[in-house]
Amino acid sequence: MTTEAMTAGGAAARSVAIEAGPRGAKPQKLSASRVGIYAFLIVMALFFLLPLWVMIVTSLKTMPEIRLGQIFSWPQNLTFDPWLKAWDTACTGRDCNGLKPGFWNSVKITALSVPVSIIIAMINGYALSFWKYRGSELLFGILVFGAFVPYQVVIYPLIIGLSKVGLFATLPGIVIIHTIFGMPILTLLFRNFFSSLPIELFKAARVDGAGFWGIFFRIMLPMSVPITIVAIILQVTGIWNDFLFGLVFAGRPNMPMTIQLNNIVVTTTGIREYNVNMAATILTAAVPLVIYFISGKWFVRGIAAGAVKG
Amino acid sequence: MAHIAPAKDDLAVAVSGVAAPDRDRRRPFAKLQAVLGTTPMIATAVGVFVICILFSVWWSFTNSKLFPNNNFIGLAQYNRLWANDRWIISVNNIWFFGIMSMTFNMVFGYLLAVFMDQRIKQEDLFRSIFLYPFAMSSIVTGLVWQWMMDPNLGIQETVRNLGWEGFNFAPLARGETAIYGLVLAGIWNGVGVTMAIMLAGLRGVDAEIWKAAKVDGIPAWRTYLFIVLPMMKGAIVTAFILQATGIIRVFDLVIAMTQGGPGISTQMPAIYVIQHITDRVNVGQGMAAATMMLFPIAILIAVRALLEWRARAREKSV
Repeated sequence: MTTEAMTAGGAAARSVAIEAGPRGAKPQKLSASRVGIYAFLIVMALFFLLPLWVMIVTSLKTMPEIRLGQIFSWPQNLTFDPWLKAWDTACTGRDCNGLKPGFWNSVKITALSVPVSIIIAMINGYALSFWKYRGSELLFGILVFGAFVPYQVVIYPLIIGLSKVGLFATLPGIVIIHTIFGMPILTLLFRNFFSSLPIELFKAARVDGAGFWGIFFRIMLPMSVPITIVAIILQVTGIWNDFLFGLVFAGRPNMPMTIQLNNIVVTTTGIREYNVNMAATILTAAVPLVIYFISGKWFVRGIAAGAVKG
Repeated sequence: MAHIAPAKDDLAVAVSGVAAPDRDRRRPFAKLQAVLGTTPMIATAVGVFVICILFSVWWSFTNSKLFPNNNFIGLAQYNRLWANDRWIISVNNIWFFGIMSMTFNMVFGYLLAVFMDQRIKQEDLFRSIFLYPFAMSSIVTGLVWQWMMDPNLGIQETVRNLGWEGFNFAPLARGETAIYGLVLAGIWNGVGVTMAIMLAGLRGVDAEIWKAAKVDGIPAWRTYLFIVLPMMKGAIVTAFILQATGIIRVFDLVIAMTQGGPGISTQMPAIYVIQHITDRVNVGQGMAAATMMLFPIAILIAVRALLEWRARAREKSV
């Protein structure tokens, strides 16, 4: 806060003038640098919003209108057919069921992977903070290293391993994969959280005779609601947006929405229907976008927490 | 069982002070619970991030085709790898893509953060706008930009229809420019995160610094560039690591935008590996490429370990 005050100098009065703008207060104190700042930010904001705008207007146009080559214009004949087609009847090769099977597959994969990965990481973080055993720090070090390993380095042995136990290209298989690759960041997240709790809390519970699971369920679990929300946001968006793991490990019947979207757009035979493609793209982006706009600052916190070094 | 709890464990000391009488009976049991409770972590750390990597590296020394085998053929796969144009182009691409993405990302991320730091109105609104692309998957990002860069109906055609006949904006159509299209889409997706991290860093700088700079009559831009920026090492490293891990994994974005084309002009190491273990059924070759992908990470970790070791050695000598 104070930093802002310093940098802005006496800008308070000026910015008031800007906000009041059209409603009367004369912008006599509007300096050139303030105009420059807002101009830059607004231009950047337009750049960031442009793809969203293009997605929306394209998805609401008819194909003849798209062929006019005016990608930014608002549709003259508003149509919702592309949305219906994208959801219900768009084709990927032979199947013409639209995105909905992919949507439900993504729901299934996310609904199973998120709780499993978070509960496991929570126990990890708790044990690493309060129940260090011989080698636990080394395990944690390996896990942090794992956060930086390119997926391609371990994918093939995992394919072989999962096939050996009959889980390759199955729903449990893809859940295991998401749990594995979510573990480094989530464990880091929970370990940092539990380490910040006062040790007295733990000691008091020990005096009362509570054990590993007792302390976890009765004390730690209820206290970790905020950090769990961050973890949920991180995992839901991450797993929903995943493409590579779904492609390799999910198997055809469990193909997530991102893969189906890509197939719809890439493998169109005949005329490319850009309006359907864009409607499908918005539908796939909808879930993480809604989460983002609802969660707001929690989302930023999740990114920052996920990025802290071990 | 007692060996599980080393005596130097500070926790053991802390607990033993208060719960001495029944400590010996219960603690080993509770420790065992901790080990059991973290079985998934043990399995992942050892099974995936040690054993799987070792298998990948081992198979890169074999002539495995569809299935892995143990026929040791030395460095033959690596010789073949570095003689392959597709791989050479992949490596050049990842460097070019990485350096371009990182530079633009850092510069614009910091610039945006500085502008956001000017006590502006609607800061939350601007922040939401800059950051929302990150919530979208690379596939979505790639498909939208691919559509906007469409040579026939995209932005290029729109601007030409407005009367600017010579306007060019269809980088994906040509091999020499396709990678710039990827860089642009990647920056759109990720720069907001860098901005958010940098802004947090800026807000963490001591206000006294600003007062002192003002008293000395240093202009604001110089303060930002030469005084504040070097003080934000933590934020910069965080943003850098986040971007770097994303860059080396780049896969979805390329698949959505160019599928590695036109021709093989936007091939990437990550795609090379996946292609060789799937369509090209050449596991040995794919694993050699995968092992090469591990290389930069291994070097970074070795450097970090070395720095830490030197710092510790210096501390001891003082």
